[in-house]
Amino acid sequence: MEIMLAVLAGFLVSAGAYLMMSGKTLPYLFGLTMISNAANIIIFCAGRLTFGAPPLIPEGEKYIEGAANALPQALVLTAIVIGFGLLVFALTLAYRSWFVLGTVEMDDMHESEPGTEVIS
Amino acid sequence: MEAAVIQTVTRDAGLWRFIPATIAALVTIWFAGFIGPVSEGHAPEYIYQWAPTIGVQLAFRLDGLSLAFALLICGIGAMVLLYAATYFRSDRRLLSLQLTLVVFAISMLGLTTADDIVTLFIFWEGTTITSWLLVGFDHEKETSRAAALQALLVTGFGGLALLAGLLIMGEVANTYRISEMNALGDVFRDSPLYVAIFILVMLGCFTKSAQWPFHFWLPGAMAAPTPVSAYLHSATMVKAGVYLIARLYPSLSGTELWMWTLVPVGAFTMVLTSVWAMRQTDLKLMLAFTTVMGLSMITMLLGTSNEIAVAAAMTFILIHAFYKAALFLSVGMIEKGSGSRDYPNIAGLARAMPLTATVVMLAALSMAGMIPTFGFLGKEVIYESTGHLHFAPVAVTVAAFAANALMFACACMIAFRPFFFRAQMAPKDRPADPGWGLWLGPVILAVLGIAFGVFPGWLEHHIIAPMVLAVAGVEMPVHLALWHGITRPLILSLATFALGALLYLGLDRIRETLFRIEDDVPRTEAWYDAFLRATSISARRASLYLQDGNMTSYLRRTFFALAAVIWVALFRGTMTWPQFSLSPELIDWTIFAIITASLVVILRARSRLTAITALGGVGAGIATIFVVYGAVDVAMTQLFVEILVVIFLAIAMVHLPRYGHVPFVRLNALIAVILGVGVTTTMLMVLGTDLDLSLTEFFEANSAPVALGRNIVNVILVDFRGFDTMGETAVILFAAVAAYAALKAGRGVSK
Repeated sequence: MEIMLAVLAGFLVSAGAYLMMSGKTLPYLFGLTMISNAANIIIFCAGRLTFGAPPLIPEGEKYIEGAANALPQALVLTAIVIGFGLLVFALTLAYRSWFVLGTVEMDDMHESEPGTEVIS
Repeated sequence: MEAAVIQTVTRDAGLWRFIPATIAALVTIWFAGFIGPVSEGHAPEYIYQWAPTIGVQLAFRLDGLSLAFALLICGIGAMVLLYAATYFRSDRRLLSLQLTLVVFAISMLGLTTADDIVTLFIFWEGTTITSWLLVGFDHEKETSRAAALQALLVTGFGGLALLAGLLIMGEVANTYRISEMNALGDVFRDSPLYVAIFILVMLGCFTKSAQWPFHFWLPGAMAAPTPVSAYLHSATMVKAGVYLIARLYPSLSGTELWMWTLVPVGAFTMVLTSVWAMRQTDLKLMLAFTTVMGLSMITMLLGTSNEIAVAAAMTFILIHAFYKAALFLSVGMIEKGSGSRDYPNIAGLARAMPLTATVVMLAALSMAGMIPTFGFLGKEVIYESTGHLHFAPVAVTVAAFAANALMFACACMIAFRPFFFRAQMAPKDRPADPGWGLWLGPVILAVLGIAFGVFPGWLEHHIIAPMVLAVAGVEMPVHLALWHGITRPLILSLATFALGALLYLGLDRIRETLFRIEDDVPRTEAWYDAFLRATSISARRASLYLQDGNMTSYLRRTFFALAAVIWVALFRGTMTWPQFSLSPELIDWTIFAIITASLVVILRARSRLTAITALGGVGAGIATIFVVYGAVDVAMTQLFVEILVVIFLAIAMVHLPRYGHVPFVRLNALIAVILGVGVTTTMLMVLGTDLDLSLTEFFEANSAPVALGRNIVNVILVDFRGFDTMGETAVILFAAVAAYAALKAGRGVSK
């Protein structure tokens, strides 16, 4: 399964990067989501996989052996939440840029670098 | 009226303004205490281990050459600081001028006494930066700023070359101590890196000492106030270049390359600048050109690699410092006293300004090399040495002869034109000698110039001989005296006077001719301008190319760079293929198929709804991975987030235009594939390494006993790493606030 996850991470990064380079805001956001998903899978997988053994200590015990690696899970958990925050913010920006600039084509957005329209 | 007077008086800086000059004078006396030991062959050292692991020391060493420069720097520094305190007496910038001058003087002292190449270079750059500040002292004027920048760029460029050259020397010699390098004999001359060392070091020296083709910055630097010019451009900064040539003389001199570079460059610059000095009517500018001439003379003499020529060069360094500082300061006196320093505007001032006229006459005598001044002795030694050369004796003699004759004419010009032979004329109604603060320094220097001419013995034994010993490693090969009998140097001197007098008589005609051809002569300054223009044009082109304003090209470059970094890391690392315990089961294949199929759908989607649904499919597939492999909490979070993402996207969808088809772009696809394959390969490599589980074991062992929690993931988040989690929560909060602001901000242009 690890090989599969490695390949999946590659797929997600490829597709995500390709969409982000498409120059349209909505596909860009989709690509962003995919790349954060890929990052989560990479972190998770780097901690090795354990089938069906969540890191929960049974009642009355002090210690657990053979459970899944808890550390990457904690990292991934926060990463998912942060990725979500980023996505929502980017989404409102996309919405906002459509409102202000009247375009979803990212190459037509030159507000922060005035003067570059001529060259493009 | 009276109020105005009081105001001027209150603005006066008071007695404290003499403090820097006093300190400089005291330091001069302190250094003078070393004259005895140094002339007996001692060289006091001070060493502080600065960065011992890389062999860098803060090392200072006071041999004959260093001591002579230290005395010049502090002695002339004291006079210049006194002069500046009077010259800028009621100027509120006096303090900043004095501070910068003092920092400059310290840099110069450090440079000339340093015995470690890193120490030397730091002080070298110190003089570059402080001289930039000093040349641009009148920073309200654009010409001053341009001149300062030019000086900074030219000498800064040389400084970089010098650093490279010095470091190569350090590697070749295996030491950073200059005294140890100089004791190594032919190590550098035999090194295959000699050419590189020579070129780099000489770039530093030539730019600093304004040798052709870098000579143009020095006349430009005359935008500086007079005290600054007197200090920087007579005794100190421009001498740093020739100081370094002399300092490294034992290590680098004597080769064909050395002679064939220094002698032609020195001779050419010398004749060129002394011709152009004739053209100037601004006395200060004329002095600037003759300063370049003086430096070139020293460069040429050191270039000949002859012991007598070294003695002549060392003598001339002192002579030049005395008369040039005196003349620069005197030009300031002329300007203060009469209102101008451009000689067509001033004439016949001898009666009104007798003291100034006397000082200028005395200093000009030394500059012209007249009997019985110190300058005469210098000229004799120079002619003496050119007779003993093995390298191009005739050419060097002719060049020195021409330059000396031109110098004679320039000295006549500054001595006669403002003072004699015509009716009094000046911008000021009543020209008069300035106060003691201005004349004291020039008078001392001018008188010393005569005194050392009449009584050269002490100077020869205690200053010049140790200098020659430090540079050439031999005892003083000549004897300084006014009368040697009817010799070749004396005849050459007399011929110099004759030719110089002729040149002075023809001065106006020569100047007009030079004035006429001035615009037709190729100037190296044009190269500098072209270089600057080319730099700014290419910088502009590069930034327009790199920053073209297209988001897609920025992203393309970012992803390509990322892919490049990954692949470089992969190829440089050692690869081990991973060993896997788990073989894929049916559920793994299912998840893999779902996510891959969803990705294909997103890439090919024509409607927003299809794309969003497929994105949900990807998220669900990933959540399933987490469930299957024991990450229950993560799976729950992932599912919640996926649901929210779909909801938010659906809301946005209502407001945004249609999704549109993503057209196929081959370049983008290529970059994406390279990146993706890189990520997969990296991941496999990571899986091939051994995993350090000590942190996980710590959490497993301590969750229940210490944190009293049985869900280890939760315990890590809220307990062991609680502060991190708080920070991450804050990020979500900020994102929410920012998103709210973006949604609620005023409406822009309508679509």
